[in-house]
Amino acid sequence: MKDLDYGKLLSDYGNVLVLLILCLFVSFVTLEEQSPRSEAAAERLAKQIASKNSPGANVAILVRSGEGAEKFSKTLETALADAGLTVTTNVVGNPAAARAALESQDAPLPAIAADEHMIVFCREQLSKLAGEFPQLAKTAAYQPIKHKWPNFLKRDNLLNVLKQISIVAIIAIGMTMVIITAGIDLSVGSLIAFSGVITALTIQQLGGGDPSLTQFLLGSAAGILACAAIGFGTGGLVTLFNIPAFIVTLGVMFIAKGLAFIFSESAPVPIEGSFAWLGRGADFFGLPNSVVLMLLLYAIAHVVMTHTSVGRYIYAVGGNPEAARLSGVPVKWVLVLVYTLCGLLAGLGGVMEASLHTTGDPKSGTLVELQVIAAVVVGGTSLAGGQGKIFGTLVGALIIGVIRNGMNLTGVESHMQNVVYGVVILIAVMVDQLKNRGLKTAG
Amino acid sequence: MAAAAHPPLLQMRGISKAFPGVQALSGVGLTLHAGEVLALLGENGAGKSTLIKILGGAHAHDEGELTIDGSPARIDSPQASQAAGIGIIYQEFNLVPGLTARENIFLGQEPARVSFIPHQKEADRARKLFQRIGVEIDPNALCRDLTVAQQQVVEIAKALAQDARIIVMDEPTAALTPREVDGLLKVVRELRTQGIGIIYISHRLDEIDAIADRVTVLRDGSHVATRDKTDLARDEMIELMVGRSLDKEFPSHDCQPGPVRLAVKNLSRGNKVRDVSFELYAGEIVGLTGLVGAGRTETARLIFGADRKDTGTVELDGQPIDATSPRDAIRAGICLLTEDRKSQGLVLGQTVQENFGLPNLRQFTQGGLIDRQAESDAFANLVSQMQIKIANHEQPARTLSGGNQQKVVLAKWLQRNADVIIFDEPTRGIDVGAKYEIYQLIHQLANDGKAILMISSELPEILGMSDRIIVMNEGRVTGEITDVPQATQEDIMKLATARHPLAA
Repeated sequence: MKDLDYGKLLSDYGNVLVLLILCLFVSFVTLEEQSPRSEAAAERLAKQIASKNSPGANVAILVRSGEGAEKFSKTLETALADAGLTVTTNVVGNPAAARAALESQDAPLPAIAADEHMIVFCREQLSKLAGEFPQLAKTAAYQPIKHKWPNFLKRDNLLNVLKQISIVAIIAIGMTMVIITAGIDLSVGSLIAFSGVITALTIQQLGGGDPSLTQFLLGSAAGILACAAIGFGTGGLVTLFNIPAFIVTLGVMFIAKGLAFIFSESAPVPIEGSFAWLGRGADFFGLPNSVVLMLLLYAIAHVVMTHTSVGRYIYAVGGNPEAARLSGVPVKWVLVLVYTLCGLLAGLGGVMEASLHTTGDPKSGTLVELQVIAAVVVGGTSLAGGQGKIFGTLVGALIIGVIRNGMNLTGVESHMQNVVYGVVILIAVMVDQLKNRGLKTAG
Repeated sequence: MAAAAHPPLLQMRGISKAFPGVQALSGVGLTLHAGEVLALLGENGAGKSTLIKILGGAHAHDEGELTIDGSPARIDSPQASQAAGIGIIYQEFNLVPGLTARENIFLGQEPARVSFIPHQKEADRARKLFQRIGVEIDPNALCRDLTVAQQQVVEIAKALAQDARIIVMDEPTAALTPREVDGLLKVVRELRTQGIGIIYISHRLDEIDAIADRVTVLRDGSHVATRDKTDLARDEMIELMVGRSLDKEFPSHDCQPGPVRLAVKNLSRGNKVRDVSFELYAGEIVGLTGLVGAGRTETARLIFGADRKDTGTVELDGQPIDATSPRDAIRAGICLLTEDRKSQGLVLGQTVQENFGLPNLRQFTQGGLIDRQAESDAFANLVSQMQIKIANHEQPARTLSGGNQQKVVLAKWLQRNADVIIFDEPTRGIDVGAKYEIYQLIHQLANDGKAILMISSELPEILGMSDRIIVMNEGRVTGEITDVPQATQEDIMKLATARHPLAA
């Protein structure tokens, strides 16, 4: 048995642990009594009845009319049928309708599936009816079990968390690479706006009021490539003139934002047609398209960073540029590449943002660069360069996403949310420092 | 030795220290008297640095006791160490380059948190300190303008200004020229006469011979021996350090030069490298030496494409190569083992295998993906061939000893099967045992028909290893020595200080 190095394990996967604890905490604070008319409640009720009765037994469904009643009774009917029971009647209405339905049963009825209102009727009336109608003599009534469930852990909410982080997380892939080379890119927020505007304008120019799929693709390509070109220029300035990336990208940030407003004439550019597919659609097993794209890009980026020479070069350049150069690494090209990729992914983020709102808005993306950097830092990538993991960044983005979601669910107001983000970032950097200190004393 | 009436200045007894996974020191003892030079010897990883860091308050020891003037001392922080009269001159100086010598000496000793600093008084005190050491330095010169040797004197003055009675010097001569080394040894002797106890750590046995009164040897974290220097022959010192006897310092080499492999013609860059021409033959080890700043490293960097040359050509096997980047030179078959492994040779945070793979990724890449298994196999092959001591392939490069780091650097170039290998100070900071292994590897490479250029400041190494010696001064080649067995250090020094090319 190999001894596990818990210290290393903790420092490598510490943020996963933080994420899990955070999820538990948010689950705990969003724990609430769930509506007994939910789909899940219907399914559980069906299971309960099936377990107490022999297959093929007759069941009557009684639901008081009201909000969600139709859906609840339908789900219940399908679930009961799936469980092998025979639904003889499915009533959505008042107690009188329920009584009429029960009286008209001609075979013995072992079970009634009732909602929380009809169960009251059953309790009061069933024993009386049993005397008159022998088929109801052995009838038992069941109601949905009341249960508590965290609002956070609902499927729709979890997908929503993923969807909300997708744009930031995708750009954070490029940012992670840049930060691993000991650089920084402040321009990504502005590039979102720039890309959105370019994409919207191109689609408008090409397609007018009814753009085709090809025109959507061309527009998106225009936005993404324009941003990649800007990233290429950024990389060129950083390497050729040896200007600190912080300054170069600060300049590019202003330029891109300004151009976005100039090109759009300061007004959001609407996009006609079905451009929302990327931002709003959910075509893969119910997963939002933006989330599928995010996961796909993370998988690719992970392989690139861990299994290709480009990835090795990126780490080497960040760890020791001179040693890398003297080992034959094309340091300048690696730097230009990471800034180009970061620009390209910011451009993609801009297209996604435009797709989400079906507009190219020059005001979009403001301060997103900070969220992106926060995700990278919280994900454990060191600003000193040379260290960091792609999946760490995804976890970092998730940590921030879960905190935001938790605060939204519990109604924390937005200014307080900012305070919390700030604290989270500071803690992440402190942990990073402690980790480095650990490295130094061990070495 | 010392009379009971005079307790030793410093005594460390039964000092143990463990790091996660490593017992760095176990039960080490050390005694230092006032007015003596104690040489602390040991291979890299023997525990010298750990012991010094305990003395300096950077590490806390797990067991053992420490007395100063016979009374127990508690050293749990650098401040406590200073207060106890201990001054440590680390290999990397703790000087602020943008401050003057005076400001550096008195940094942290200002009369109060907020106060006016009595410039003139400080300058006078600094001058007195320099006088006491016997070296003249302008107290108002910026530290960044001082030479390495002068900066070292500033460090010593800083320790003396804090009333240090124990001065520890960790590899003080690693970056000094031979003349500066002499100057430093003079300073050490001067301090000794003033009753200061000096712990002197060096790999250079010549210096130990010249200066030490007593020698304490550590090996693998344990105390091996403490002897009077006069009782200890040089071979014996090596034997104690390595734990086995070495027949000789340099392996023998039978050189049969083949055809010209590398031809350098009229290489120039600014005033650092001026019109340098020479040739390397297959199977030959050529020593390139000269004083620090003679342009040796700069010449190597031009050949390797690391810097841009003003003029000149480089030919490999008769074909001109125009390397504008190390990448070009490596492709052509030239590689360079840099002088400074930590800042130029290795990416310290990456694993040893990743460092090994860095110039070789193309070999291991299939369909765009790195075949880690192939990379690991190739590395394992060289690890066993070169006897590199590593725990596993995932070990970060920073955790290796100097000798093993050098071997990892060499392994990555061997994997490339380069034709011309340039070694820049290949054994700097490497302990005696590992040195011999590196020498053997260099010989083996020459025997395989590679052309070797070995830059070194250590003249015994140059004389012991080279088949031919090229000497540079002020950017120029000032001479060549072909009859190496008959050459002496004086011959080399004459050429190394010559202003114009001399016939050898």
